[in-house]
Amino acid sequence: MRLWLPLIAVLALILIAYAGVSGAGMNYLFGVFIPYIAFLIFLIGFISRVVKWGRSPVPFRIPTTAGQEKSLPWIKDNKIDNPSTTGGVIIRMLLEVFLFRSLFRNLKSELSGGKLAYGSAKWLWLAGLAFHYSFLTILIRHLRFFTEPIPFFVKWAETLDGILQVGVPTFYQTDMVILAAVAYLFLRRVFVPQLRYISLANDYFPLFLILSIAVSGILMRYFFKTNIVGVKELTMGLVTFSPKIPEGIGVIFYIHLFLVSILFAYFPFSKLMHMGGVFLSPTRNLANNNRAVRHINPWNYPVKVHTYEEYEDEFREVMKEAGIPVEKE
Amino acid sequence: MAKPPKPEEMSRIDYTMPQTPWMETPVQYEPGCWGYPTKENIQVYNGFPNPRAWSPLDDDWKLPANWKDILLKGMEERLSKYRSFQLFMDICVRCGACADKCHFFIGGGDPKNMPVLRAELMRSIYRKNFTTAGKLLGGLAGARELTEDVVKEWFYYFYQCTECRRCSVYCPYGIDTAEITMMARELLHLLGVGVNWIMEPIANCTRTGNHLGLQPHAFKGNIDFLVDDIENITGVRIDPSFNRKGAEILFVTPSADAFAEPGIYTMMGYMMLFHELGLDYTMSTYCSEGGNFGLFTGSETMKKLNYKIYAEAKRLGVKWILGGECGHMWRVLHQYMDTMNGPADHLEAPVSPITGTKFENARSTKMVHVCEFTADLIKNNKLKLDPSRNDHRTVTFHDSCNPARAMGILEEPRYIIRNACNNFFEMPENTIREQTFCCGGGSGLNAGEFEIIRLRGGFPRGNALRYVQGKYGVNTLTCICAIDRATLVGLCDYWAPPVQVSGLHELVANALIMEGEQERTVGLRGEPLAGTEE
Repeated sequence: MRLWLPLIAVLALILIAYAGVSGAGMNYLFGVFIPYIAFLIFLIGFISRVVKWGRSPVPFRIPTTAGQEKSLPWIKDNKIDNPSTTGGVIIRMLLEVFLFRSLFRNLKSELSGGKLAYGSAKWLWLAGLAFHYSFLTILIRHLRFFTEPIPFFVKWAETLDGILQVGVPTFYQTDMVILAAVAYLFLRRVFVPQLRYISLANDYFPLFLILSIAVSGILMRYFFKTNIVGVKELTMGLVTFSPKIPEGIGVIFYIHLFLVSILFAYFPFSKLMHMGGVFLSPTRNLANNNRAVRHINPWNYPVKVHTYEEYEDEFREVMKEAGIPVEKE
Repeated sequence: MAKPPKPEEMSRIDYTMPQTPWMETPVQYEPGCWGYPTKENIQVYNGFPNPRAWSPLDDDWKLPANWKDILLKGMEERLSKYRSFQLFMDICVRCGACADKCHFFIGGGDPKNMPVLRAELMRSIYRKNFTTAGKLLGGLAGARELTEDVVKEWFYYFYQCTECRRCSVYCPYGIDTAEITMMARELLHLLGVGVNWIMEPIANCTRTGNHLGLQPHAFKGNIDFLVDDIENITGVRIDPSFNRKGAEILFVTPSADAFAEPGIYTMMGYMMLFHELGLDYTMSTYCSEGGNFGLFTGSETMKKLNYKIYAEAKRLGVKWILGGECGHMWRVLHQYMDTMNGPADHLEAPVSPITGTKFENARSTKMVHVCEFTADLIKNNKLKLDPSRNDHRTVTFHDSCNPARAMGILEEPRYIIRNACNNFFEMPENTIREQTFCCGGGSGLNAGEFEIIRLRGGFPRGNALRYVQGKYGVNTLTCICAIDRATLVGLCDYWAPPVQVSGLHELVANALIMEGEQERTVGLRGEPLAGTEE
């Protein structure tokens, strides 16, 4: 169920787009209306989620320290994994966001003959990195459809991505890498028993969705000829708020666009929000300077305490007998 | 109490996942894996709700009639008070990197001890009640109904987490299960569901100033015994003071160090060191506890117990505070105290009166870790140490969870060991420093009734220890945590006998050459020194 339902859902989405465009001719709905709505949901949803997180205060400074603290001057502190300054925190965060540093630490513990051993386990890190960077490159490449003239960095991304210079149209490595990475992320969920056990439908759904987006994109580029000029006309219409539906764009484009719309609309309600969340994580984005600089808890309130006076009142006699000084003789 | 099986049996761990999905697998209360509930009088004394006689094995837990409301309101409140909680409910992608990082999962194989699944126990309820997707799609969105069975499951599994933060080192988003466990425990307390072994020390600490419930004269009496022992061993009579106004330094350490083996040897170590330095310090019977079981209970309790330290420092008029070896105590002192009960403007930024070193890193909190203090002494050649007096020991060092992952005090203790001992060997790198494994007894799991789950959780540490025992002949496991000193004894006896457990300052004091001392033939615990055996 947790695996099949998301698959069925994605297949149903493809069918809906196919039937909607090819059967019912609702090109405007799928080409303009739904993308607009989806983007709006994404924007509002994403922002309001981040605002919600931001509103929740950070009462305590709780960095996870993964190295030597800054203490005595002759002891070398680990400025990145246990940062004591904002600069260190920034480097820690950059490494976390761009290189998935924590995931790079991953180990695999194995038990044999009553003994534990810890082996390197970098595949998840590698696949994760490959997936996210491919996705980013593809996203940047797609800006070609939403800009005129096309900015330099988009062209760079295209050139780099097509550096192998094979095929017509030029083959982009990221198309292959993203498929391989998503396939790996999916297969480990299915075949690693622990992973299968913890996986939810909402873990499989985005995988299927992204896979089908990638496949439909690849089909469009390399296999089914798509009216690329018409596509650009449509996408430019969307960003300039003068939407139009040019003739002769294949249904596969509408399927692709619909799936992308679904991804956008789904994003703010899903675990995909980890993209925004990683920046706010209090175990990573705070300096371990707790004893040097006081952290303020905005909701710190007084609690009922047991004062020294109450203590001495109860124990004065035994304290005096034991020769422990007291306030009131 | 249930007897644990033999180590060979316990180390055959079945990691096969159950046939039924976890939401449909009800919790089984296994013997030796859960805590006895809070006694009525303790619940009343601590001012916690719903005092009653009950047992987790009962069908009816006698929860308040509106328990669901209470719990959900409590959850809503905490979501808006803790960004960590809100965020960690939302952003997990279930990548599974944390799964085999938890000592309880490694040592027991129960899937709900994978940090990700432990957190899902809570997330599923969050989704059902606080997210649109969860409300609409239910199980498909990973949501489930809040029932009494969920409460029972929480009580079992959130008291099988030692808040050690090892999972948070590996999580790509820094999700810290300790935060989730803390929230779960606070929520359970709203319903009157808690563990007596944590709640009774809290009551004790409130009233008598320490978890053990030692009244002032008894506390002093215990210390006096240790003073006699020191004199017998060294020929030096020391004279510690209590509640002395005008002392320069207030010394606070876990009360277990004043009470039970092997912590008492560490306590003797501190006192011998301070005496030799001529340190102007005092101990307080009113705050005779550095530990803080409030950390395992809730933020209000933590603040209430911690309050005494600054209050007493102020009353006695000391300049700064020195803290002994303890794990969770230092999590509270380092990450919470100044925020909760500061600013301590009545104190001065700590300066070592012996070396003149300013402890810049503690300039706001005004509390220095004894390992920082001692490392500084050694570096400045202020101690005469004879490490050969520890030659009967082959030592390895257990990094305690909180000092490692919520502070980062890694080098100071190693520097001290290298100066106090000749034979020091590290355990494998994936089991020390920030990757260290919990002893299994943190966060209040050191009660007798938790023995089986604790030994399971102690397996990774035991395994690493057995490795250096075999390879280097390690016979002493040194640590800087009072809970460790209590828990690791049982762990060693079970997983790696006959390794002994010691605090760091026991080794320091063994090596410390004191003025006017007699020739030492035995160590602090009366054991013969190398070369003096008959």
